Amino acid sequence: MGGVHPPENKFSAGVAIESLPVSKRVYIPISQHLGAPSTVLVKRGDEVKTGQLIAKSSGFISANIHSSVTGKVFKVDEVMDQSGYRRTSVIIDTSDDVWDDGIDVSSELVTDISLSKQEIIQRINDRGIVGLGGATFPTHVKMMVPDGKKAEYLIINGVECEPYLTSDHRLMMEKGEEMLIGTSILMKALGVENAMIGIENNKPDAIGHLTQLAQKFKGISVHALKVKYPQGGEKQLIKALTSREVPSGKLPIETGCVVDNVGTAFAVYEAVQKNKPLIERVVTVTGKAAKKPSNFLVRIGTPISDLIEKAGGLPENLGKVIGGGPMMGKALMSIEAPIVKGSSGILLVPDEEAHRTPPKSCIRCGKCITVCPMGLEPYLLAQEIKHEFYEKAEKDRIMDCIECGSCHYTCPSGRPLLDFIRLGKNKVGQIIRTRGKN
Amino acid sequence: MGTLLTISGSPHVHSSQSVRKIMYSVFYAMIPAMLVSFYFFGLDAVRVMAISVIACILVEYLIQRYVIKGDLTINDGSAIVTGVLLAFNVPTNLPTFIIIIGAVVAIGIAKMAFGGLGKNPFNPALVGRVFLLISFPVQMTSWPVIKPLFAALKTDAVSGATLLGFYKENFDKIATTQETVHDFISAGLPQYDELGTVVSHQVLNYQDLLLGQMGGSMGEVSAIALLLGAAFMFYKKVITWQIPVSYLASSLLFAFVFWLIDPELYLNPVYHLMAGGLMLGIFFMATDMVSSPMSAKGQIVYGIGCGVITMVIRFWGGYPEGVSFAILIMNAFAPLINTSFKPARFGVVKVTKA
Repeated sequence: MGGVHPPENKFSAGVAIESLPVSKRVYIPISQHLGAPSTVLVKRGDEVKTGQLIAKSSGFISANIHSSVTGKVFKVDEVMDQSGYRRTSVIIDTSDDVWDDGIDVSSELVTDISLSKQEIIQRINDRGIVGLGGATFPTHVKMMVPDGKKAEYLIINGVECEPYLTSDHRLMMEKGEEMLIGTSILMKALGVENAMIGIENNKPDAIGHLTQLAQKFKGISVHALKVKYPQGGEKQLIKALTSREVPSGKLPIETGCVVDNVGTAFAVYEAVQKNKPLIERVVTVTGKAAKKPSNFLVRIGTPISDLIEKAGGLPENLGKVIGGGPMMGKALMSIEAPIVKGSSGILLVPDEEAHRTPPKSCIRCGKCITVCPMGLEPYLLAQEIKHEFYEKAEKDRIMDCIECGSCHYTCPSGRPLLDFIRLGKNKVGQIIRTRGKN
Repeated sequence: MGTLLTISGSPHVHSSQSVRKIMYSVFYAMIPAMLVSFYFFGLDAVRVMAISVIACILVEYLIQRYVIKGDLTINDGSAIVTGVLLAFNVPTNLPTFIIIIGAVVAIGIAKMAFGGLGKNPFNPALVGRVFLLISFPVQMTSWPVIKPLFAALKTDAVSGATLLGFYKENFDKIATTQETVHDFISAGLPQYDELGTVVSHQVLNYQDLLLGQMGGSMGEVSAIALLLGAAFMFYKKVITWQIPVSYLASSLLFAFVFWLIDPELYLNPVYHLMAGGLMLGIFFMATDMVSSPMSAKGQIVYGIGCGVITMVIRFWGGYPEGVSFAILIMNAFAPLINTSFKPARFGVVKVTKA
C-alpha cells in the first residue's frame, strides 16, 4: 500500500565506519529517549569515567544515560538540541579515555548467552538501551510483553529506507555477527523462536552477508524487501514480513511482533555480552553538499560540527543541515547541537535544494492518497486542519499518520501537506487528552 | 557558529512532479491526434486549433490579470490543454467567433469563475463544448467531410453525417422495417453538398475507424492516435488505469449486451468504441484530475457511471453522442463519490453496519 521512490543517493554505502576522535567537550542531554527525562546524578566539577551512569531513569518509560567520555563535569545547563529546544544537558570537558569498571572494551566476540531472560531485560534497562531507529523508545519496555499478549516474532529492521543514510547498512556489513548475537539475545528475552531481519533489495551485499552468517543462528531468517519508502516504517515492515496489519491506534504487539532496529540489536549485544552502556553509535554524514560522505562511530554528546569537520568541513554552498534522513529528519537550527542516541545521520544540503517551491492550488490529482502508506487522504486532512475542523480530522484518522512525508514529497503542487497534518495531530492529540481527563 | 541555516519541516526532498509537467505531458499526449486531424481536415483544423488555444490562454490571462489580480497562471499549461481539448470537441468548419465564445465559457465560466485551476468542479473544455452544442446546434453538428492533405479527392461534398448521428436518425426506421443495421452501414453515410443535397456516400470499414478516416469532431477521429497519447500518459503516470478501464469496460459491456440481444438492431460495440468521442472522452477528459474523484475506488465508480450514462444517452437520449454529458454528470457526482468511497485504511477492519 502506498509508498514513494525518492532517489536513494547512498553516497556513503561503501565507506567503512571510522571512529571519530573524542571531542574536547561533549553535551549529553538527559532527554534523548521517548518518555520521562532522566534524573541527573552528577554536578559541576564531578569527575566521570567513560560508561559511568550520569542520569538515572525516572519512570517506567525512561532510560539511563551514561557518560560517553572521561572528564570533568563543566556544568549542567540547557543546550539547544536538534529540534531547536533547550534541554538540560550534562556538559563534560574531556580528558584521556578511562572506561568505567566492568566494561569489556576488547573486540573479542562473545557468542554464549549466559544471562537469563530476566537478567537480559534488566541489563538492557541498566545499560540505557533505546531504539536506535529514530523513535528512541526504551528497549527494555518493548521486551516486557503485556499480560494477555504473546510475542511470536522478533523483527529486526535493517530496511534503512531513508535516502542517503547508510549507518545501518555499514553496521550490518561490519558488525553482522555481533548484531545476530544481539538478535538471539532479544529472542531469548522475548521468548520467541523466530526472528526475521528485513532488508531492502538495494543492499544485496548486506542481504548476502547476513544470510550467510544467519545460517549459524537458530531461528533467524533474512528477508529481502522491495525498495519502497517507507518500507522501514514499523507497521509497514510488519505488514511486509507477516501480512499482518497493526490495528489503528494499537501497538505492534497486537500482531505478535516486536520490532527492533539493527543498531539496537548491536547495542544489545554490547550491553549484554560486554556490559557496555549505550554511549556511542554509528552516524552517517552525507548529502549533496558533503565534501566527504562518511560513516562515523560517534560518542553521544559530540557536537555535530565536529562530525562535519571530520567529513571535509562546512561546504560554501550549504543551505540546510538535517538531523536524520531527508524524508523524516529535522532541519537543524545550529550545528552545535549534540549527537544523541537517536541520531542516524547528518545531511548537508546545498542551498539550491534547501528551499521549498511556493505551493500552488491542489489540482485534486489524488497522488497523496495513492502514496499514503496508512490509507489516509492527506489533501483532505490538510484542508480540515486549515479550517480548524479538528473533529472531522480525528474521524478521518489524522492520528494514524506516521509522518513519513510521502504526501508532501509527491504533491505536484508542492503543498506542505505534512506541515498541516503535523499541526493537526498536535491539536487533535490535545483534544483527545483533555477528553480523557474529563 | 554564524552560518545561517534554512529551517523547514520534513520532508526535505521533493519529487520532480509539478503541475506544469503534468499539463505539458497531457499536451504532448494530444499531439498525435492533433497531427492526424490536421492531416484529415487540413488547414481548417489548424485554424480551429490555433484560435481555440490562443483564445483560452488570452481569456485566462485577462481574467487573472484584471479580475483576480493574482499571479499569472497561464504558464502552467492548463489553458493550453483546455484549448486543445475544446478544439478536439468541435467540427473543423466552425466559425471563428463561435470558437472564441467556447473559449470564454470554458476558461472564464467553467474555470476562472470558480477560482482557477484545481477549483473547477467541471471539465472546462466540456462545459465549453456543451454550451456551444446547445447554443449553436446547427454549426456544431455539421461535420465536414475529410479532405486529406496531398490527396486529390474529387468530391463536391462538404459535409457528412457521423455514424452515430446517422444511426440515431434512422433508428426508428431500422427498428420498424426489414432493414438491418448491416444494410444501413454497408449503404454508407450520406455526404452533402453546400445546398444540403446528398451527393455521395461514404462506406466505413474498421480500418477507416482505426485511422480516423471519417467525419466527426477534430479529436474524435483516430483511435490509434488517441491510444498512442494514452500510452504516453500512462508511461508518464499522468493517468492511472482506474478511470479508463472502468469507463471502457462498462460502456462496451453495455453495448455488447444489447448487441447480443439484437445484432440486427443495435450497433456492435466496436463501432461504439471507435466512432464518436468515446476514446477521447475515456483517456483525455474523464481522466481530468481536477474534476474526477480522488481515491482509486471512487475513480472506478466514476468510470462505470460515465460508461453507463454515455450508453444510455446514445441508446435512448436526444443526442447521438453522450460522452460529454456523461462526463459532466459524473463530474457533478465527484464530491459525493469522494465522501462515499474512501481508500482502504491501514489497520482498520471493515465494520459491518449494525
